[in-house]
Order: sequence, then structure tokens, then C-alpha cells
Amino acid sequence: MKDTSRRVVVALSGGVDSSVAAALLVQQGFQVIGMMMRLWSEPGHENENRCCTPDSMAMARRVAAHLNIPFYAVDAQNVFYKTVVSFFAQGYAQGVTPNPCLVCNRHIRWEYLLNHARAAGADYMATGHYARLRQDDKGLVQLLRAVDESKDQSYVLHVLGQAQLRQALFPLGEYSKPQVRQLARDFGLPVAERSESQDLCFLGTDDYRAFLKRQQNDLINPGVIRHIDGHKLGEHQGLAFYTIGQRKGLGISSAKPLYVLEKDIEQNALIVGEEEYLGNDELVADNINWISGEPPASSKRLEVKIRYKAAYAWAKITPSGNNQAAVQFEHRMRDITPGQAAVFYDDQVCLGGGIIQNLREQT
Amino acid sequence: MLPPEPIYLDYAATTPVDGRVLEVMAPYFSHTFGNTSSIHLYGQKAEAALEAARESVAKGLHCNPNEVVFTSCGSESDNLALRGTALAGLKQRGANHLLISPVEHHAVSRTVQQLADLHGFELEYLPVDGYGCVDPDEVKRRLRPTTAIVSIIYANNEIGSINPIAEIGAICRNADIPFHTDAVQAAAYLSVDVESLNVDLLAIGAHKFYGPKGVGALYVRSGTPLLPTLTGGGQESGRRAGTHNTAYIAGMACAFELAQEERALRSQALQTMRDHLIGRVLESIPESRLTGHPEQRLPNHASFVFHHVDGNALLMMLDLEGFACSSGSACKTGDPEPSEVLTAIGLPRDWALGSLRVTLGSGTTPDHIYKFTESLPDIVRRQRELTT
Repeated sequence: MKDTSRRVVVALSGGVDSSVAAALLVQQGFQVIGMMMRLWSEPGHENENRCCTPDSMAMARRVAAHLNIPFYAVDAQNVFYKTVVSFFAQGYAQGVTPNPCLVCNRHIRWEYLLNHARAAGADYMATGHYARLRQDDKGLVQLLRAVDESKDQSYVLHVLGQAQLRQALFPLGEYSKPQVRQLARDFGLPVAERSESQDLCFLGTDDYRAFLKRQQNDLINPGVIRHIDGHKLGEHQGLAFYTIGQRKGLGISSAKPLYVLEKDIEQNALIVGEEEYLGNDELVADNINWISGEPPASSKRLEVKIRYKAAYAWAKITPSGNNQAAVQFEHRMRDITPGQAAVFYDDQVCLGGGIIQNLREQT
Repeated sequence: MLPPEPIYLDYAATTPVDGRVLEVMAPYFSHTFGNTSSIHLYGQKAEAALEAARESVAKGLHCNPNEVVFTSCGSESDNLALRGTALAGLKQRGANHLLISPVEHHAVSRTVQQLADLHGFELEYLPVDGYGCVDPDEVKRRLRPTTAIVSIIYANNEIGSINPIAEIGAICRNADIPFHTDAVQAAAYLSVDVESLNVDLLAIGAHKFYGPKGVGALYVRSGTPLLPTLTGGGQESGRRAGTHNTAYIAGMACAFELAQEERALRSQALQTMRDHLIGRVLESIPESRLTGHPEQRLPNHASFVFHHVDGNALLMMLDLEGFACSSGSACKTGDPEPSEVLTAIGLPRDWALGSLRVTLGSGTTPDHIYKFTESLPDIVRRQRELTT
């Protein structure tokens, strides 16, 4: 069925996925408009930003020209810096490991860009994310895992609500990555053989430690490394440089391997311990977004993902007031990382999720 | 996808090639295709066409044919004028001072910036008034014996204002300082009589007056010091090397001739529509301002700023509604730095980012203007809702 009255804005990145998403929508008969946000790049590193370098933008333009659709660059530098980059730096200041992609999806892609799409008269906005949508019998839009489990991106989309999902299209949700590459070739897209983008777009080719050193050097205060039993083991270079569960690169010698267990912000101390101290079987998630708009009425046994690439783990989820939920795992989890999201799944359906709280505040 | 016939209102960016021009160009691609420097008959025919074109352009400029240098575009003409004259002045008399307006096209402003960076020229900017116009007295006050060149744009590309070139030229002539004007926008609608304008150098580009892209010319008054910047063969009397693009040069000459012949006619028709457009926009859109001079401006040129509007997003929405306009300076990358010109005329950032340039031309009809002025208020309103 071709319905050319429906207008959709596709968020293009110059990569394979968003290009194929656009091509599929053209094929389905939508009026397609390509948009690409110019995001913030660190001054002096403009050509490294992974998703909006001049190269990527030129590629997105070529794709749009190939598909015969209009293309526009949308400036999002200020809003991206204010919302995403400073959130990222502040997260580290507070001793957590923030996930800026979640903030970007909620406030940049699915708010700022969606508003531009609406202003351009679009009925929908589409991205190259691997996820599926379905309407339930009450008319609510459900977010589902992608068919290709290895590419599933519902984790980063769990921040969306009904208002956004009603206007969202994820054309790739039913395809596997190899199929998408094949589609790119079939459509004759110039991006078919481009490599995957990964990591945080604004970090460029660096890791986040070098970025933090340049941008937020005042956050980087060396301090003491303490064993969980209290005795001092050495010096750390700044809490932001360590993640929970980390074993290598601590710079201390010990008979048994030691792991990062906790960051004590008040004391600026890095707490380490042997493997048996590592991990927990519970967490508290805050700032929860329930995709349906309502938390479950009672405790529920669900699958939980505690990082984008983590395995699903069974847990009992107990929603409480203040948009919080207690998560009781059935097995001990080694790397519960404050600042990352815990995302809840009822089989294929992503119900929502929230930010893992610092262990100290969970007692 | 897009509306079948988007309305083109961006003639200051470029114009379509006039059918008569295209006809003149056609034989030189594959019939009279010779190299103008060749000895044989093929070369002679091409050279004859080249020199006929030079004579025709010279007639429009009121100069001698040997004062016309053909280039590849308006930007190259500006580059040759500034770099060529500044470096010759530095070499011959130690002149190391450059005097320009702050509202020049980048072809001028970035060239003098490089001259300052690489060759140690002292760069001085003239003040401009709120319309972007230079006061001739300010030029007089700032001229030095060591001034290598003065460069002031004839008609501004972004805001359409026309500078008092003849008066400034007379001042420079008196002081014996080379004076260049970028007439790339002006050539389509204003007299480019180099005698009455008192200029030593003047740049034009064919595609602004219904000629092809990729060809321009520089007027160089006889006796003006000029070092070539494109070195090689002896074409253009050693002032600009490179095989002549005969077809394009012939096309430019034809287009330039037509521009002179039809100037009054073209200007009149467009100015009526343009004035109507300006009036409608200013009365129908709150917090809107005309940029540039209300009278001393190009007859086809309207430019505005709207408070609290994202100019790039506005252009996108206009495009989707079927109107091809510009913000004034070509920028497709979504990087919203306020234009240097709008900053120079004193506009604050929250106004300068919301700029819109509407330029009329041969295909513009009153119906286009009607449709545009009917649609714009709503588009600006929607854009403002987005920005806040």
C-alpha cells in the first residue's frame, strides 16, 4: 500500500542503518525528508566526532540525493552540549558512570529533532535503531526487542513515552544486520560498506578519560585507594577513571586480584576488594520511565538488562513511589554500575527502565 | 516529493543561464574548440571569439579591452585584485597597509586575512553605518602613503546596500592608492562604468547575471601594479595563466551585454515586486526588520531579520513549502554562527541568527510574491514556537 500523504523525517547519520531506514520508507511510499543534527564537537576535534563529521554529513547528503529526498542539517550544538555533554561530565563528578546516549535519545533525538520534524509537517520520525513497535489491545504503543538480538537497541530507547512512540518508526526492527547491509547494496546506497560507528559520538577517537582531563580537569582529583576492610593500599588518579568491577590498571599489588567495588565521593576514595566482595543481588533504579505511562500494579518477575550489552537477568521488580523501583535479582550480579540504566523486559516487550542509584544511597 | 515547481527566490545566489547566452556558447564546445594560443586556424578562430568577447565586456565597463582579465569566477577576480595588487605594492614601494570594509564577501575578507597572516600586512577595517555603508570621509581619514589597496564592496550580497563607490574612488585616486570594488552582485543591476566609478580594479562573475558559472572577469586599470597569482603560460598578457575557456567567456560577454541593454527594464519590474514584498513582510510579521539600506539597495534584493528565529530551520521550512530562499550567506552545515555582516551592522545575536534573504529575478512573477508573502508569516510563527 502506497500512501504518499504521510510525511516522515528520517534522522540520517551517513551510516548504513539510517540510510537503509530512509530507503525502506521511500519504498513504502512515504514522503521522506532527511535531517541530520550537527552535534557538539570538542573545539579542535571537529573531524573526530563519530556521527556528524563533515564526511558523515557529505555521505548523508549523497544518500539523500540518491533517494531523491530533501536533506537538511539541523543545528543542535548548544542543546547537545547543555544537555548531554555536561550531563556526562557531571555524572563522573558524582561518581557514577553516566550513559549519555540515553539522555541524547530522550532530549535531543526524540524531543529537539522530533520538534523540528513536527514543524516540518511530519507525521512521523524514523531512525535506524534496531527495535520494533506494536500496538496493544488498549491502543498503547509497545516497544519490542529487535528481531536481531545481537543488534537490539531497545535498551537506549526505553526512555521514550507514548507521545514519542506514537510518532516513531523503526524500519530496521525486523531485519538482521547482514540483511540491512544487503539491502544497502540492493538500493545502491553509497554507504553499504561503511564500518560500524560505536562509542560516544562526541568523544571522537579518544577514550573518555582523555576527554575528561581536557574538559573537566577540576573533577580529576587523586585520592586514596582503600581496601573494603579499611586499610590503605595506594593512590588513585581520580575516581572518574575507574569503573565498578574493574581489575586491571589499579596500580596496586596484592596476593589476590582486587576489583573496584565502590566510589566514595565524600572521601574521594576508591574502595576495592577481592572477588567475593564484588557484586550485589539488588539495586534501586530511579527516574523510571514506564513506556505505557503506568508502573505495573504490583511486583513482577521480569528480565533486566543493566548495561547496553549485558545479558538479560531475571529479577523481581517492585515499583515504589517517586518513580523508583527495587530490583531483586535471582543471581548475584558482578557489575551493577551506578549511572547506567536498568531496563525491564516482559519477554519481547520493553516495559521501561531507570537509572541505577549509587550503592551508598541504597541502604 | 517536493512541490513540483518550487518557487526560486534566490537569484543573488545564482541565476539560470539565459537561452540567448546558451546559444552563443554552443559552437565553442565542439566546433570552434581550438586553443586560443595555437598558431593554426582552429586557434585563430577561438582567439577571434575571445577577443570579440573582451571587446564586448570592455564596452560594458567603459574601458580598453586590454584592461579586462578573464578569470574562472568572481572569487578569483577578487583574489587576483587583492593578492596581485597588494603583493606588487609591497614589492615596489613597501606598501603594507590594507583598508577594507567589514562587510566584504569572504572572497575579499579571507584573502586579505591571509595576506596579513603570511606577508605581514596590517589589516584595517573601516567603520560602517547601520546599513552596512562606508562613509567616504572615513576612507580619507584612514588612507596612508603605505596603503597597498583599498577594497569596498559595491553592493552587498547579504543585505543589498550600495556603497558610494564613485566618491570613495575619487578619494583614492587623489591619493594615488589602488582602489578595488567587488561588483559581483552589483553587475546585474547597476552601472559598472569604471570611468564614472573611479575604480582601478573591479570584479564580476557571469552567473549572477544569467551567464554560466565558472567564469568571471577583473577590470585592471592600465598602470595599476598587479602580480599574477596564477602563473604559467602568457595568457591575459601574463596576468592570468591558463587555457581560455572560450565558450564560457563568450557566454559571459553575451550575458553582460544583455545586462547592460536590459538593465532599466529588469530593474524596474523587479523593484516594484520587491517593494511590495518588503512592505507585506514588515507589516505582517511581528518583530521583523529590513536589513540594509531601504533605498540605496539592489532593486531585486530584500533581506530581513526576525527576532528569535533559527534562520537555517526557517529556510528548511520554506523549502518544504516550496520556496527557495537564503539566509544571505551560503551555509548548509547547520552551524549557526551569526553572519559577520549582520554583526558589523550592529545586530545582536538573537536577531542576526534569524536572517532571510529573498532575491528576485527573471522568473519571478507577482503571483510568486503573493504566495510567498501569504505563507511566510505562518512559517515564521511555527519556527518561533520551535525556538522557544
